[in-house]
Amino acid sequence: MQRAFVTALLVGVLCSAMGTYVVLRKLAFIGDGIAHASFAGIVIAYLRGADYYIGAGIVAILTALGIGFVHRRGRVALDTAIGVLFTGAFALGIFLMSRQRTYSIDLQSFLFGDILSVNHQDVLMIVALALFVAFVTILLWRALLYTSFDPVVAQASGMNAQFVEYVLLVLLALTIIISLQAVGIVLVAALLVTPAAAAYQLTTRFSRMMGISALLGAISGVGGLYLSYFLRSSSGATIVLLATILFFIAIGGKQVKTALGR
Amino acid sequence: MNGQIGSTAVAVHDLVVCYDNHVALDGASVSVAPGEAIGIVGPNGSGKSTLLKAIAGLLTPYSGTVSVFGKSPRALSAGVIAYVPQVEDVDWSFPATVWDVVAMGRFPRLGMFRRFGKHDRAAVERGLELVNMRDLAQRHISALSGGQQQRVFVARAIAQEPKLLLLDEPTTGVDAKTEEALRKVIRELAARGMPIVMSTHNLERASDWFDRLVVLNRRVLAIGTVDEVLASGAYAQLHGHVHVHGHGERHQHDE
Repeated sequence: MQRAFVTALLVGVLCSAMGTYVVLRKLAFIGDGIAHASFAGIVIAYLRGADYYIGAGIVAILTALGIGFVHRRGRVALDTAIGVLFTGAFALGIFLMSRQRTYSIDLQSFLFGDILSVNHQDVLMIVALALFVAFVTILLWRALLYTSFDPVVAQASGMNAQFVEYVLLVLLALTIIISLQAVGIVLVAALLVTPAAAAYQLTTRFSRMMGISALLGAISGVGGLYLSYFLRSSSGATIVLLATILFFIAIGGKQVKTALGR
Repeated sequence: MNGQIGSTAVAVHDLVVCYDNHVALDGASVSVAPGEAIGIVGPNGSGKSTLLKAIAGLLTPYSGTVSVFGKSPRALSAGVIAYVPQVEDVDWSFPATVWDVVAMGRFPRLGMFRRFGKHDRAAVERGLELVNMRDLAQRHISALSGGQQQRVFVARAIAQEPKLLLLDEPTTGVDAKTEEALRKVIRELAARGMPIVMSTHNLERASDWFDRLVVLNRRVLAIGTVDEVLASGAYAQLHGHVHVHGHGERHQHDE
């Protein structure tokens, strides 16, 4: 149970903090796509007896870079490319799994998350990857900020906007991978977008937006897990629902603030 | 230190740039000396923005060369070129104040590890001061008028302390006061030796703005001092041509 709370806290904070970039760069669909595509990696890793993190990680990173490439070079619209590639990868995962006689992977736990199944090793992996993502984000803080607001001018002044975008996509892929066990493939995109979208309503400064988003993510993660225990509900779904409620409170709060301001 | 700075700061030679199937620039050549402010005029679609983007290293030419201080633009160290695009290109609801955006101008030189220090703060202040935006430093960027947004971009470019300044129609949608402030900034920077390339649609008082003028329509039709270019008739001819052409297009559209 303690492991589940640590995981919920880490995943809540990391997803929501990175979600700031997802919301500001309008990458929500990409997050959803990476999560679905990584399912193929999970199944392949399982069939080969390899570690889940390695299988899902490789597929997620490759697809993240793939989209980055389509985004930059492709003549296909980005949302079309994602729609085609990721549903295809997701279908491949289901196809491979359905050919197994014995259904020993629990499909539901990957689709909707099963935070209580997180073991000691998983926690260590989650902590290590979360620290890595945080470290790279801090290192590239200025470049990520400038290229999020104005990639063209950042590029003209000598920053490599393209490289920064690829790095960000890889960081997002890692963030998604460590969140899958907690909230599942279907709901991870919500945790990337919802707290950051709520924070976006509440502040006009970038670093504050990230801070508020991380706080809302932490509340959603820990609070949602706690509630799910009492309500005997799915932990992933409860976490996301709590984040959604916080989002609507934030919108309501902003309306009240502007109404009072006038 | 960064390559030799000779008598040309920017050298564009026989530049051809294509987008998909249409040719935006078809053999344009321009050179800019240090301390010289050059104005680029020409009708819509004449390649003004394309020329600026090519000098900024944002485009890959089909053929021809661009060199800035003797190097390819992308080989320059960070912070050398400051580019002021047309304002509509960014998301103005981004969570940032005027100060935050102008401070971004310091990022290329600071890189990953250098601290944002006293000198950086002073550069931001100076940028804001020059465009008369100091009072609005703490305002969120969504609360700015079009002219103020333009000034923020100019302030950011100045705060960068670049060696080359490129501006794309910075006077569009700007009031007369801002326009005059901008003109003074440009003259002051040029007087201190900075090369400046600026596109504009407005020829009024051009000789107060620019040392030389380029008339562009996919290639350079005329280049010289403002008086020389006006006397050559290239601009007037182009203007007449464009007017007729534009009218014809509109007519077609109505059908």
